[in-house]
Amino acid sequence: MKLVIAIIKPFKLDEVREALTTVGVAGMTVSEVKGFGRQKGQTEIYRGAEYSTNMVPKIKIEVVCASDIADRVVEAIQAAANTGAIGDGKIFVLDVGQAVRIRTGETDDTAL
Amino acid sequence: MGGLMTLSRKIAGGAGALAATLLTTAPAWAQGAAGPVRAPGAEAAVAMINKGDTSWMLISAALVLMMSIPGLALFYGGLVRTKNMLSVLMQVFMIVSVASLVWVCWGYSLAFTSGNAFVGGLSKAFLAGVGPTSVAATFSNNVYVPEYAFIAFQMTFACITPALIVGAFAERVKFTPLLIFVVLWLTIVYFPMAHMVWYWAGPDFLADAPTDAGLLYGWGALDFAGGTVVHINAGIAGLVGCLIIGKRHGYKSEPMPPHSLTMTMIGASLLWVGWFGFNAGSNLEANGGAALAFVNTFVATAAAAVAWAVIEQIVHKKPSLLGGVSGAVAGLVAITPAAGFAAPMTSIILGFVASAVCFFFVTTVKNKLGYDDTLDVFGVHCVGGIIGAIATGIVADPSLGGQGFIDYTSFPSVAGKYDMAAQVFTQIKAVVLTLVLSGGVSAVLFYGIKATMGLRPLLEVEVEGLDINEHGERAYNY
Repeated sequence: MKLVIAIIKPFKLDEVREALTTVGVAGMTVSEVKGFGRQKGQTEIYRGAEYSTNMVPKIKIEVVCASDIADRVVEAIQAAANTGAIGDGKIFVLDVGQAVRIRTGETDDTAL
Repeated sequence: MGGLMTLSRKIAGGAGALAATLLTTAPAWAQGAAGPVRAPGAEAAVAMINKGDTSWMLISAALVLMMSIPGLALFYGGLVRTKNMLSVLMQVFMIVSVASLVWVCWGYSLAFTSGNAFVGGLSKAFLAGVGPTSVAATFSNNVYVPEYAFIAFQMTFACITPALIVGAFAERVKFTPLLIFVVLWLTIVYFPMAHMVWYWAGPDFLADAPTDAGLLYGWGALDFAGGTVVHINAGIAGLVGCLIIGKRHGYKSEPMPPHSLTMTMIGASLLWVGWFGFNAGSNLEANGGAALAFVNTFVATAAAAVAWAVIEQIVHKKPSLLGGVSGAVAGLVAITPAAGFAAPMTSIILGFVASAVCFFFVTTVKNKLGYDDTLDVFGVHCVGGIIGAIATGIVADPSLGGQGFIDYTSFPSVAGKYDMAAQVFTQIKAVVLTLVLSGGVSAVLFYGIKATMGLRPLLEVEVEGLDINEHGERAYNY
């Protein structure tokens, strides 16, 4: 099993969700996060008081999937979240040791 | 009720600005051939009350209350950080409540009864002698409004003025010492100022008692709805307070962005709507003069909002909502003393100028000098008030389409002979007196409270927020 973590632009969430559904992903966890990479932050000005925010709002998606579809999951996210501009985000893939469905006690691939 | 039917002749409002032509159209005496009654008695004055004027006074009073709560409270509240939202709302709400009690107990009497040039007496303390049939003067011969309506209208001014001050040291003041300051400041600064600017014997009595007026009224200073009494007065008190209390912890080193500009916009819009009661209501009569003040208030505000947005577009490349609403408030402040004297086109110019100067103060001067006037009470209310007070001397000139002033030392009253240079000089004198009196007394009060009860909460309290520590609640429980 693999854990795929993707940091994407917030407005791309719906497209990514649809793309993941078509490759057979049955669930995901989504959070609103802030961070920075190569994309610069923004400057906010309130009556002349300037605050530059280095952190840019992003969406973090976490998907656990069977190892054999992990490549397709990554490709689907990469294709759907791509705008070609700086700040499109990143995808990380990690190994997962165990998964349990709380309701039934099913484990690993059957629990996903 | 007969025993209570005392005539309250020692009552007045702002310096009148009705054109002489209006005087001939409205009053009851115009219908008869006999002319106006000089110094009418109590029963005669009651018959000179107009139901339209009375309605307008009562509606205006409610509109001005809406300016404070929720208008000013939301305007200010949106600008502070989440952890201090309730402290600002509570300060404004309680100041309004306490000020209205102080007003009926001794404020009205100190402001609007005959005393000396500086302050009135205590003859109407606790509203002694006031009843449904006692009257207050307007700006026209033989036109009166019920005294209760006048008391209610002026009460809302006494409520909003100290509430304006709290913006200067928001996020770092203890609640109870603040309210004690407000009671003292109202008594020693606001009521005397209101007396000096707005107290006079009234149009049917001044000719026989030309010295029965407040000091600034006697000078001939023009302040239609409270540029000196309300805005400069509160603005300088705020500046003095923020200097004595000190900067917020983390000022200039950590970000302090407004927590909800949505609420700030709602609050600013309520201020704009309520300000029609403030300015057009200050005409005291529902007539052409009120309509003029209404239109002037409308367009000066619009011009100031546009000006601030345009300046931001040029300076920062982006017009901000906060800039737009800040400009609107600057325009409202600036037109306040001039509302009944200016013409619509000169009001627009006044709005533009006030907005530009206030922009310069809140963005440049404040940063240069480094004082932490949290919500720009000085930069908007005091500076905008000064611009408006001085400009009133210019825009009131009949040669610029202004209304000039009415000379009430003749009976019936006549249009006064306008001298712009002399009027501007008088306006400047009034501004300086307000700055010195309010600034000086405020400094004494703030230092006194600081030395006894303390003004500033502990650092931990300030860092964690006033809401949870001073009031035991949070604004938002998600």
